[in-house]
Amino acid sequence: MANPPSPSIGAASPPLPGGESELEAHLPSKRMEVNLGPSHPAMHGTVRMKVELEGETIVRADPEIGFLHRGFQKSCENVTWTQCLPYTDRLNYVSALMNNFGFLNAVEKLIGLEIPERAQFIRTIGCELHRIADHLTCVGAIGLELGGMSAFLYCIEARELIVDRVTELTGARLTTTFGRVGGLNRDLPPQWLESVLKTLEKIKWLVGEVDTLLTNNRIFVDRMKGTGVITAQDALDFGFTGPCLRACGINYDVRKAHPYWVYDRLAFDVPLGRNGDNFDRYLMRIEEIKQSDHLVRQAIEMIKPGPVIIDDWRITLPPKPEVYGTIEGVMAHFKLIMEGIQVPAGEVYDSTEAANGELGWYLVSDGSGRPYKVHVRAPGFAILSGIRRMVEGQLIGDLIPTFDTINMIGGEVEQ
Amino acid sequence: MSAFALDKLTAKFPRAILERYRDRTGGDWGVIDSESIRDVASELKDDPELDFKLFLSIDAVDRLMLAGPHPRFEIVYFFYSLKRGEHIRLKCRVSEECAEVPSITSVYLGANWFERFVWDFYGIRFRGHPDLRRILMYEEFKGHPLRKDYPLRQRQPLVPERPIQDIFRGPGTNRP
Repeated sequence: MANPPSPSIGAASPPLPGGESELEAHLPSKRMEVNLGPSHPAMHGTVRMKVELEGETIVRADPEIGFLHRGFQKSCENVTWTQCLPYTDRLNYVSALMNNFGFLNAVEKLIGLEIPERAQFIRTIGCELHRIADHLTCVGAIGLELGGMSAFLYCIEARELIVDRVTELTGARLTTTFGRVGGLNRDLPPQWLESVLKTLEKIKWLVGEVDTLLTNNRIFVDRMKGTGVITAQDALDFGFTGPCLRACGINYDVRKAHPYWVYDRLAFDVPLGRNGDNFDRYLMRIEEIKQSDHLVRQAIEMIKPGPVIIDDWRITLPPKPEVYGTIEGVMAHFKLIMEGIQVPAGEVYDSTEAANGELGWYLVSDGSGRPYKVHVRAPGFAILSGIRRMVEGQLIGDLIPTFDTINMIGGEVEQ
Repeated sequence: MSAFALDKLTAKFPRAILERYRDRTGGDWGVIDSESIRDVASELKDDPELDFKLFLSIDAVDRLMLAGPHPRFEIVYFFYSLKRGEHIRLKCRVSEECAEVPSITSVYLGANWFERFVWDFYGIRFRGHPDLRRILMYEEFKGHPLRKDYPLRQRQPLVPERPIQDIFRGPGTNRP
């Protein structure tokens, strides 16, 4: 932001000693260290930002994380593969389905499983719905923190509609724990696809409202354009992925580069930015909401009836009549519950495109029923480590929209 | 997958690539001599034909409970090449006694926090790291929680906890 022009002095008044430059000179100030957070209205989750200020300019910013650390990896190493699933919900709690399915996808790759087509479609629909929800939350929060409360309300109204659909599908609002190794634990509820289509119509209208409220809003654009800039070079170096990388003009989307499930059969565009600033990152999200809407509609057209989980009792639970009626069924059920899925020994790195970028999993199995190592490459972790580069030398006011547009999620960053 | 990149690395650094193998899912791995990891990383990043510019991740594995002659720790590195459209998977093996590798922060800026994470949770030092502090755990914490010999249910509270036995449920509660 430029300094407001100094009030012009009438021609009649005598020239000041020292001239204009003395008036415009910076006031003497001393360096000040300010703590933003851990509990601060402008910090999402519990992050502490140690900011060194020279006047209003940030000299050094040091994010301190770990307040939400829950021992994700250690917990996963001590439970069965299926029992890891609830922990993955809590990584990115705004879009839990993407974590569930990303984790399952990696485990299935390690076992060498191909899941049924219907399950692939349902996973795609679930992921894209949650991508819309994640982006809506991000855009809403940006609006809210830059003073546009109504944009936030529209976004949250739209997100609530998705949360309702997800509740119908999984039984939980946020902590979905949906899907099992080999497919899904249950099929779609009746009439669900029709209500998703109705929801999409409503969301389209609401997103249109948000778009018109924010994208051409002078105050909003002034705060967003040219702030929090990162070059493509630095973004790659820090390991940015997802909308934050694409806002710099780099075309990398796991769904296009290494298609999984049915993404290679669906048509969609990957929006690209140019400047790598806050405004481009915001535009990426608005455009991705539209693309996800498009993807869900295509998937709903193409989905066919069929099984949603593979029929292999070493991996999936047998149907209940078999458990109660046959000895093989009860044995398979008992073995799976008590010992877990016997994933053959080996290692795998697999990634899916989550709302904020590449969600990578490095899994090591020692052949027992429990994971030996579960490494999660949370997209937010790499992005948050780069925030320093984006805010140093800028005004403290620009830290807020920058922190919003990188959409850091405490759960996945702090594991 | 990334066989080409590993071929090229083997030609350039014949002594640094200790081993190559393909895992069950088709991923190619290169085992790097830990002292050369910095050179290998900068070659991967700067060679225009390889172009592994996108930094992805670093983590470690504690092999304490696994069979095999290998030293205790494995540090795994993941990079991505936009030009070639492929991942590369590298690992370094270090023993418990000299758990130290050169830092690659000067090559990839993003390695900074990931290396701090590995130091915090596995106690592997990164030589030449600009700021090797704990990242998620607190400074007063003793030990490295993701080592396999760190007890699952050990607690190190900074403020005394109330003496309620059953309050801490969680994984491992019903283990024999």
